[in-house]
Amino acid sequence: MAERIVHEPTGEDFAALPVAERLPAARGAVPDAAPMVEAEDLARHFDVSRPWLQRVLAREPRRILRAVDGVSFAIPKGTTLSLVGESGCGKSTVARLVVGLYAPTRGRVLFDGQDLARARASAAQRRRMQMIFQDPYASLNPRWRVRDIIAEPIRAFGLVRDRAAQRDRVAELLTHVGLSPLDGEKYPHEFSGGQRQRISIARALSSNPEFLVCDEPTSALDVSVQAQILNLMKALQRELGLTYLFISHNLSVVRQVSDRIGVMYLGRIAELAPAETLFTAPRHPYTRALMEAIPDLEMTGRQRVPVGGEVPSPISPPPGCPFHPRCPLADARCRAERPALIPARGTEETLVACHAVEEGRDGDPATAASARALA
Amino acid sequence: MAALLEVRNLRVEFPTRRGVLTALDGVSFDIAAGEVLGVVGESGAGKSMTGAAIIGLLEPPGRIAGGEIRLDGQRIDNLPYERMRRIRGKEIGAIFQDPLTTLNPLYTVGRQLVETMQVHLGIGAAEARRRAIGWLEHVGIPAAAQRVDSYPHEFSGGMRQRVVIALALCAEPRLVVADEPTTALDVSIQAQIIALLKRLTREKGTAVMLITHDMGVIAETADRVAVMYAGRIAEIGPVREVVKHPRHPYSVGLMASIPPLDRRVERLAQIEGAMPRLSAIPPGCAFNPRCPHAFDRCRAERPELLEAGATRAACWLYDPASEKHVPESAIHG
Repeated sequence: MAERIVHEPTGEDFAALPVAERLPAARGAVPDAAPMVEAEDLARHFDVSRPWLQRVLAREPRRILRAVDGVSFAIPKGTTLSLVGESGCGKSTVARLVVGLYAPTRGRVLFDGQDLARARASAAQRRRMQMIFQDPYASLNPRWRVRDIIAEPIRAFGLVRDRAAQRDRVAELLTHVGLSPLDGEKYPHEFSGGQRQRISIARALSSNPEFLVCDEPTSALDVSVQAQILNLMKALQRELGLTYLFISHNLSVVRQVSDRIGVMYLGRIAELAPAETLFTAPRHPYTRALMEAIPDLEMTGRQRVPVGGEVPSPISPPPGCPFHPRCPLADARCRAERPALIPARGTEETLVACHAVEEGRDGDPATAASARALA
Repeated sequence: MAALLEVRNLRVEFPTRRGVLTALDGVSFDIAAGEVLGVVGESGAGKSMTGAAIIGLLEPPGRIAGGEIRLDGQRIDNLPYERMRRIRGKEIGAIFQDPLTTLNPLYTVGRQLVETMQVHLGIGAAEARRRAIGWLEHVGIPAAAQRVDSYPHEFSGGMRQRVVIALALCAEPRLVVADEPTTALDVSIQAQIIALLKRLTREKGTAVMLITHDMGVIAETADRVAVMYAGRIAEIGPVREVVKHPRHPYSVGLMASIPPLDRRVERLAQIEGAMPRLSAIPPGCAFNPRCPHAFDRCRAERPELLEAGATRAACWLYDPASEKHVPESAIHG
């Protein structure tokens, strides 16, 4: 902690500094630091209509898939925000919006105070954000040697002067992620899934980023390998002061890595809370249902309570709260009016989009929390 | 408790250009009627291979090179294709991970159920259709009487997996091999499917071999668990014992590396290294290079399943004759 700087570097500070001085010393994390990334009413819609002629002949309306529909959050520097949810909830689309792989349909992303679209235009800013993908079999070029895969961002951003420095940097990165410098000579197929994900991480780190978007980085891995990768990611965050946006469907993984967690449902955030609070006092009925549905490894004999029904289609989401068809607390207002993400009664640092919580129809949160602890 | 399924010293080999790979080596276990045996392990450990060998659907050039598989006392590992085809479906039902590859996209789900029942139960078309609707209701498909004439693509993923379960159970098999039946599904749907599978098999007294890498699913569904590593069974025993008090050092590491849901830990326990490739399985115990307790004998001699408290573990630590024989408290401590 002693090494962490107190002065909060602003966007201008970073831009004024030469690359070498910005990193890594100037990258300490301060709790409650200025946000690295902010999303403001972010939305991304996809047109999934049939081709024009067919559509006109069949007199069909356009079909718009609202993958992300009004998502707002901020990630303070040096911290991890996780987005969890079931398939189709829009979490991966958010990840792609945040690094600029998709342009938003509505709303905007601020990267270190600067509009993302502007930031992406500058190589110096692009270098500061990187992404790690789910499938380490698909995200590494099978025809390239590992050393070239890792060196590509170094070359693209012109971060080192000569080949010798580049070689040293690659060796350093390989060591950093727990591989041997000799592994640089090999091809991706010579590695296991976990080792490949280490290579992906080394490649992402090679441009000295400050912000990493990790889209299900351990979902394709076996549980014992997953533990290795999660430990590595946490160690790197401590050492380098990285900021993470972590996308996962696995609540127990998310609990291990996050400072704050957003639970997504059908393109919106249902609940956004500090990690511990989310698990000790979940407020949104969907969050509670998700936690009830997780298989119980402690073998207390607790019966899983399955969530009834299925996730509706994001092409024709239900009116009002998108969760109302599956929600035990739904009433007329829930079916008509879309709830806003606002601080919850009782647990102030929790933001919840739920009329029942707002009106106090969700039962006493303290009782619910202790009941969970006992269960 | 007479075993319905007996697997003895099963050995599966894959001849390749660079020599014969042994995918399964000396795998032995039983499943009794009405019992759920969970099979866990990392990818490549041989879980699915074991299931495929039992239902007689090993991918060529894989072949059973040794051992026996008996269903109700009758050998089924050496049957001609046609006879095995009759047993599969009638006596053994199979559920796979991806419902889309199990269901024929060109036939309605009703037709697939009807055909299965007509072939295996010898009943008439009208009766089969009546039962097909009954099965769809049974597995929780709303408006089954209308949905029976829908095609697989008209169902959602969770609903499709329900149809697959109905299809596997409709001929009333005595054994169901379920290979990652819930892996492709979201957690809220997963719970529905597991509850369903458990209820139906319990009602009919069906034996289930449940293959999955998800310990949570095993913990709440299985009666006993086999932990596989590098094509061998490392440990087998009652589910509660294996989950709460694993004896084999690999099972201990595997259980410890699962992120807990109820608390945050600074550093997850991890097993160093990776499972060996089939072409490079070390001599002695396959786990010895990664094992914190390995000693000379582990590197030289392959351990058989030995009594280890309430479970059986393939580990020399549990051989009373072993110089390093330790009480189990030492492993967990």
